Amino acid sequence: MPKKSFRQAINEALRQEMERDPTVIVMGEDVAGGMGAPGEDDAWGGPLGVTKGLMPLFGRERVLDTPISESAFVGAAVGAATTGLRPVAELMFVDFMGVCFDQIFNQAAKFRYMFGGKATTPLVIRTMYGAGFRAASQHSQCLYNLFTHIPGLKVAVPSNAYEAKGLLTQAIRDDDPVIFFEHKAMYDDEAEVPDEPYAIAFGEANVTREGEDVTIIALGRMVNFANAAADRLAAEGISCTVVDPRTTSPLDRDTILETVEETGRAVVVDEAHPRCSMATDIAALIGQEIFDSLEAPVRMVTAPHAPVPFSPALEDMYIPGVDRIVEAVRQVHGHGRR
Amino acid sequence: MQLSREDLLEAYRRMRLIREFEDAVHEEFAAGNIPGFVHLYAGEEASAVGMCMHLDDRDRIASTHRGHGHCIAKGCDTRAMMLEIFGKREGLCAGKGGSMHIADLEKGMMGANGIVGGGPPLICGAALAAKTLGTGGVAVAFVGDGGSNQGTTLESYNLAKVWNLPAIFVIEDNGYAESTASSWSVGGSQTGRAAGFGMPGTEVDGFDFFAVWEAAREAVERARAGQGPSLLHVRLSRYYGHFEGDACTYRAADEVERIKAEKDPLLLFRRRVGEAGLLEPEDLDAIDRQAREQIAACVRDAKGAAYPGEADLTTDVYASY
Amino acid sequence: MSGEIQPIVMPKWGLAMQEGMLAEWLVEEGATIDKGQEIAEIETSKIANVFESPAAGVLRRRVAEEGQTLPVGALLAVLAPATVEEEAIDRFVAAFQERFAEALAAGAAQAAPEPRTVEAGGRRIRYLEVGEGAGPPVVFIHGFGGDLSSWTLNQEALSETRRTIALDLPGHGGSDKSVATGSLAELAEAVADFLEAMEIPRAHLVGHSLGGAVALELALERPGKAAGLTLVAPAGFGEEIASAYLEGFLQEKRVKKLRPVLEMLVHDPATISREMVEEVLRYKRLDGVVEALSRIRESCFAEGRQRIELRSRLGELAVPVQILWGREDRILPVRQAEGLPEDVPVTVFEACGHLAHMEKAAECNTRIAAMLERA
Repeated sequence: MPKKSFRQAINEALRQEMERDPTVIVMGEDVAGGMGAPGEDDAWGGPLGVTKGLMPLFGRERVLDTPISESAFVGAAVGAATTGLRPVAELMFVDFMGVCFDQIFNQAAKFRYMFGGKATTPLVIRTMYGAGFRAASQHSQCLYNLFTHIPGLKVAVPSNAYEAKGLLTQAIRDDDPVIFFEHKAMYDDEAEVPDEPYAIAFGEANVTREGEDVTIIALGRMVNFANAAADRLAAEGISCTVVDPRTTSPLDRDTILETVEETGRAVVVDEAHPRCSMATDIAALIGQEIFDSLEAPVRMVTAPHAPVPFSPALEDMYIPGVDRIVEAVRQVHGHGRR
Repeated sequence: MQLSREDLLEAYRRMRLIREFEDAVHEEFAAGNIPGFVHLYAGEEASAVGMCMHLDDRDRIASTHRGHGHCIAKGCDTRAMMLEIFGKREGLCAGKGGSMHIADLEKGMMGANGIVGGGPPLICGAALAAKTLGTGGVAVAFVGDGGSNQGTTLESYNLAKVWNLPAIFVIEDNGYAESTASSWSVGGSQTGRAAGFGMPGTEVDGFDFFAVWEAAREAVERARAGQGPSLLHVRLSRYYGHFEGDACTYRAADEVERIKAEKDPLLLFRRRVGEAGLLEPEDLDAIDRQAREQIAACVRDAKGAAYPGEADLTTDVYASY
Repeated sequence: MSGEIQPIVMPKWGLAMQEGMLAEWLVEEGATIDKGQEIAEIETSKIANVFESPAAGVLRRRVAEEGQTLPVGALLAVLAPATVEEEAIDRFVAAFQERFAEALAAGAAQAAPEPRTVEAGGRRIRYLEVGEGAGPPVVFIHGFGGDLSSWTLNQEALSETRRTIALDLPGHGGSDKSVATGSLAELAEAVADFLEAMEIPRAHLVGHSLGGAVALELALERPGKAAGLTLVAPAGFGEEIASAYLEGFLQEKRVKKLRPVLEMLVHDPATISREMVEEVLRYKRLDGVVEALSRIRESCFAEGRQRIELRSRLGELAVPVQILWGREDRILPVRQAEGLPEDVPVTVFEACGHLAHMEKAAECNTRIAAMLERA
């Protein structure tokens, strides 16, 4: 099985879906790059090269560079989706959602419902999230919770290259608007990724390992940290189940609740800010649905309630690391025991 | 291209239907029979119909919160519309959108929009789809003078221009953005802004169906020929308030009365076709009667129809769950 | 005396195996072990299995620790007569480790043969070819939902003296996923096309389960193509089949639910590793797989019964055939191997399920080799 990077896996999903379906188009700022400029065409392929090579293959009718004009081009992607295309628009950094959120949450998300089931909006918005690049507070947020909150949107947060290709393929094939979150620090990370096209269904969590003592639910990049923490804890004799929900909307409640019921102890790891987050969402769900199975309160491992700092010294403290996950699991494991 | 007799009758029919529809909704709202917010189009009929007479099934329109007129002009079913405004299950949007989100994608009506400036980007998208899929269709955004200041609108001019989209922006300037005069809130001019973005812009007398029709014809032809976007600045007047319940104290006391007497679009149409000998008063009177009856029937049906039930509450949030 | 010291090293199971994890020792230091005795449990990323000692002697030193992952060829244990001194064993171990480390550092890891593809009858078929030798090659055909890696423990062993080829049937592995009707005839024809594309006029066919039926169908419909047949728990020998297995295989989407289904395949459930279950899930996600498998099931095993009947046609065969079956087979019951013509040798393995070629790999390889000698 060939190994591919997160970046390559996403590129491959886009390419294979564009080959399969002529209504799939890609648009965004510098998704090719060099438009109108005298030098190289396809100069960037996206800010981190994820869409490189698509424009030479499919032409500028299907790979469209946009002006820096999110509310117009994201809105155009919405309108195009409703009228026969399957656009994959890039919101370069999710932190920019402020200038186009209306198009996403008030238009795309609500058309089907508001129009009595008569609209179909098969839109994908790909966006970069996450800290670790020293890009500071306006280029490092997670924010998938905000989109998860909106009925009518679907949200995917892949945790590795295999997941990325399958979830993006599903996102493109899905007839609902999907926001696809790519952690910017993961683009070089590799995994075994089949050459053939495949889709991973939404709303089906992946259990990356099974254990008896504590269940860790983690999102995106944090899944890999959770697995690393579980390795360390195994050496201490604490065995963990690790659950990757894959999509925050729809959320695989059944798997989360079943796996927490088995251990009675849960830790939720979420890189986002701690208020009104996926961590609080999942913790509350567990508390409401399986309170009697719990041996300990659900612990949440998150960033602090602060903007993402610039200084490497501070940013490294900010991101929930393996150490903090290990500590949280130990606490939860030890709760109520002598 | 001239307007045939059938075209003229059709144009008048659509305008009269809009007028009857809006007057009926005004009455029903005042009687307490309609929930939520309603924004009426009476007085502006020539704009919607003058443009939509050039459009067919390939074409898409997006509207503002004041969308009933665009909806009827694009061929949506008035009965289903009325039921929708009353919140009934058999309404055009299954009772889930209401007046502010009234839409019928099957007729190319991409919806009234509760967000000012929501339409123009959508229309850029519809135009992009038409261009990419080679349908030959055009996309028309109806925008108010208020909406013309929204960032989304201005960004859409730019996007439509740089992507050379078959898009048309119709600025329906009724002089008021809610209670604020457009003369105060619009910096520069609508056509000046179009020129600023490299688009043709035309001033249009929105009380005169034929003026709108002519300007629209050029814009639609330009778009279909692949020559890119245009803007029409259509001056007109709304007879009712910004919303139903608006006392309109910001308008001069006799403003609406004078316009109705001198410049009512239906009146002007009658006069023009009468003077030119194109249609007889009896032809138009018959349409008046038929439209009144049709709308009255819509209201009766709307009142008697059932509301949606609990089973409908969470359906159609997603295409697949 | 050092000539009597024998190293036991990490085996190579399958051509892609680079390393294994010694999960558990089954014998103590000081024990006398026989050749073929189960001495450890080893796990790779593909499979978990018992390791049978390649030599007899006294187990003087367990070098590898439980839970340790080591490369193929690394020292696991040392056998030596009781008379050999501890220091000699220490020296032997040290010397071995030094040489081994040098070999590794020299980048000596030989590239394992990679699967390739060929266009056959309008389809892309993936296959893995290993070994050279005179005589008709051995062609391995896997079963429903499997792929060429099914023969991991067999291909390596037999490739020492013979050209071996394991292929992926249409709808499986790395072959084209589209399948027209999924009938036995279609699958057999695909294999015939493959043989032609590979310019193989005649081959020893080794088939498992549905693959066994495919092999037999091919031999019957295209006389001369098969030099001999080894059928491991083949389909087509009775009506009964565990439809719950087929249903579960197709339906289940979670590791937790799919694992018990796959455990039906084997006698010892520990044989089914998490990775194996994950691989099946990943395979099923590939475009076209569920469609292809559904058609094959509908054609060959509709409504939970075998729709293919080959037992009655055994007499038509002009080439040798042998049948291997596991006593504890829960997919295709072993009694389907009863009452066959006398000239069809049947071997039933004890404590073995549906995957005899994996669960009793060494014994199967011996019998396949014997068939190659005969034919």
